[in-house]
Amino acid sequence: MQRVPVIEARELTKTFGDFTAVDAISFEVAPGESFGLLGPNGAGKSTTMRMIGGTSLRTSGSLRVLGLDPEEHGPEVRASLGVVPQQDALDEELRARDNLIVYGRYFGLPLSYLGPKADELLEFAQLTEKANAKVGALSGGMKRRLTIARGLVNEPRILLLDEPTTGLDPQARHILWDRLFRLKEQGVTLVLTTHFMDEAEQLCDRLVVIDKGRIVAEGSPQELIRQYATREVVEVRFGSARNAEMEGVLRSITERIEVLPDRILLYDDAGESLLDEINRRGLNPLTSLVRRSSLEDVFLRLTGRSLID
Amino acid sequence: MTEVSFTGLDHAALARRTRRWGWLQYAGYRQAAEKPFFWTAFVTALGNPVLYLVAMGLGLGSIVDADVEGVRYLWFVAPGLLVATVVSTGAQFGTWPIFAGFKWQRFYYSAHAAPIEPWQLPLGEGVAISVRLLVQAALFWLVAWAFGAWPSASSLWIVPIAMLAAMAMFAPLMAYAATLEEEGLQFTFVQRLVVMPMFLFAGTLFPLASMPIYLQWIGWLSPMWHGTQLARVASYGLAVPGWLLAVHIVFLVACVVGGLWVAAHTFTRRLVR
Amino acid sequence: MTSGDVMAPIRERLGRRSGVWRGLYAGNARAVVERGFRVIRTQNWAVIATGFFEPVFYLLAMGVGMGALVGSVPGPDGRPISYAMYIAPALLATSAMNGAIYDSVNNTFFKLRYSKLYEGMLATSLGPLDVALGEIFMALFRGLLYAMGFLAVIGLMGLATSWWALAMIPVALLIALGFASLGFAVTSFMKSFQQLELVPLVLLPMFLLSATLFPITVYPEPLQWVIMALPLWHGVELMRQLSVGFFDGATVVHVGYFLVMSVIGIIAASVRLRKLFLR
Repeated sequence: MQRVPVIEARELTKTFGDFTAVDAISFEVAPGESFGLLGPNGAGKSTTMRMIGGTSLRTSGSLRVLGLDPEEHGPEVRASLGVVPQQDALDEELRARDNLIVYGRYFGLPLSYLGPKADELLEFAQLTEKANAKVGALSGGMKRRLTIARGLVNEPRILLLDEPTTGLDPQARHILWDRLFRLKEQGVTLVLTTHFMDEAEQLCDRLVVIDKGRIVAEGSPQELIRQYATREVVEVRFGSARNAEMEGVLRSITERIEVLPDRILLYDDAGESLLDEINRRGLNPLTSLVRRSSLEDVFLRLTGRSLID
Repeated sequence: MTEVSFTGLDHAALARRTRRWGWLQYAGYRQAAEKPFFWTAFVTALGNPVLYLVAMGLGLGSIVDADVEGVRYLWFVAPGLLVATVVSTGAQFGTWPIFAGFKWQRFYYSAHAAPIEPWQLPLGEGVAISVRLLVQAALFWLVAWAFGAWPSASSLWIVPIAMLAAMAMFAPLMAYAATLEEEGLQFTFVQRLVVMPMFLFAGTLFPLASMPIYLQWIGWLSPMWHGTQLARVASYGLAVPGWLLAVHIVFLVACVVGGLWVAAHTFTRRLVR
Repeated sequence: MTSGDVMAPIRERLGRRSGVWRGLYAGNARAVVERGFRVIRTQNWAVIATGFFEPVFYLLAMGVGMGALVGSVPGPDGRPISYAMYIAPALLATSAMNGAIYDSVNNTFFKLRYSKLYEGMLATSLGPLDVALGEIFMALFRGLLYAMGFLAVIGLMGLATSWWALAMIPVALLIALGFASLGFAVTSFMKSFQQLELVPLVLLPMFLLSATLFPITVYPEPLQWVIMALPLWHGVELMRQLSVGFFDGATVVHVGYFLVMSVIGIIAASVRLRKLFLR
């Protein structure tokens, strides 16, 4: 019905003392869209998420969520939000089903609604058998699913997911992606942070890459790959000692090269033919690999390769 | 990227050294881990004696009508207060910090991943805490000396006596704490039903004999009472028959040795399975 | 999943509110209280029961043991009373203080930093004021239970001589409210567990020196004025007066002290509320 953005951030800034966690970022999220905040640890993703919910107070800039300022109208804004925080923050003193019911009560929902809703959500999260289990007895994946179920108890219009699959095993991750995709099909706006590229490619219509509190790139996953990488990447290894000396030779074959300590990356739209060329010249790499380029290449290119702690 | 250097360490020699001295290495590590808490601990160790001696020795003492056990109240209560303070530290360190080592901070697991053996860990804990107990007891003795609470130089014996009594409380609690898998209510019950009564019926502020006989047995089971009695003998020469003196000492030593022995087993059972 | 908008009436109600509190208060502290009772229901009753033991043990040991050494002490009206009668009201006041501080400082800090309970609550349409009010109510409820239990013991041991002793229960709640609201404000400044260790450094001296175990006349006069500035002294004296049903001008001062302290505490806690919950 409307294309008014559900979230609108202008020059949003948050500082903790001398440290600027979020540095004047601006973005919009359209209704029904699936929007990703991508970035290394400490880039400011979680802080941004918490400002959207009004539980972190911004230093400057403006923020509108469903047309309201979350700082002034916190309870009202959060009535339409589902929040899945990075740490589960489940109520360890309550059982699984009670977690859902009590959480619903925080929204002011009646018990007559919450009883059947809790059962429905437990089924959605594949936790029906664990309804009366203590939270402490659940596995990491179960806790995560329960947290997501909890975030849906108020039938939110926007679901905020802060690193939803960090620490999950592959099966649990795929179950989760499936559930999130279904929510998206039902018209829920998803806002998620992640540092997993495959996750962003799977779930996001559009994303921004954040580094040191600033937006460094914006677009759909495909656009970003096209803009900051090539269609394919060839990875070759010559051994730690020879990698550097091979650089010059390889530069004569293709233009975009990145030399890493353990391997060399060659960006090219036709990977296989490039590798054929390398072999034809008798360069004999120890190992070689041709793959599609991914958001990971974009991400590392934009945020640098050094370790971030 | 930098390289990790391999300089040819003698692993066999390292293992031999750890096999013998691992408990001491671990004690050193535990001491270092307590560093952030040093100032709070120091202020408490200095402030507690002042506070207790003012409140109990002087304040409460001023409304006590007559001499207790033949001496003035300050002399009577000072040995009890010193022992009570040091033993509470022992009790405190025997519960949550041990549990945390298995469950939250998991430093026993990282120590066990190094060549340190499980039995060395409770021993190392004991050594590490002894240092703290010694400092605490010595500071208390000095403060009480300034209050004129010691009639004799033999009161200095109270320092080792208090350490012994504190270890007698610490070691069995540590052995028990190592068996707990989850942060349940056990410590709450231990605190409320075991430790606290042992404190109240240790004859610290009044002679245990003034309690009804059917409650006195609580004191007899309390390391704190045995320590307090020994401390009074050392300070003002409380008249205690020789056999009872022996009972006090044997009880405390048995608690320490037995506690450490059981702890070695409970630690091993927890870490090696 | 249903698409009927269950949140519509709630959003409408929240939207009608106005004023500075609308970002902090959703008028739903009841949900936090409900949560508290659900937790109590699943809790082990033995824990709650043994909670009574501590002050009772204390009263037994001190009353009987010290009582044998001390004899009698002048009561609020000047007439001598037994030592057990003297300390029983003081121990009730102290336990109200300790319980309130434990709930508002240690428990709050843990739920804020460790279990992240409040983070979960504040992700919903609750505001920080709902959480604070609900938690203060639960703290007072626990205080009420313990005060009733302790008063029953006082009654059974014959340590109260007036029906005014029944008023010790609401007074215990007033003492708890004063300390709990200040405790909340203090917790908002805390950053690490080391700082939590400072709390006993304040409470223990206050307990030992506030004329709980011996009369204030023991002190030289200038020191008496210092003790009389401490909140616990007023709580202890008020409790003592209630236990024998004797009142004078000081009664008004004691009650006034805690009323003022509660008002200041609640204002301070409200001012620090954002700092406590929203960062």
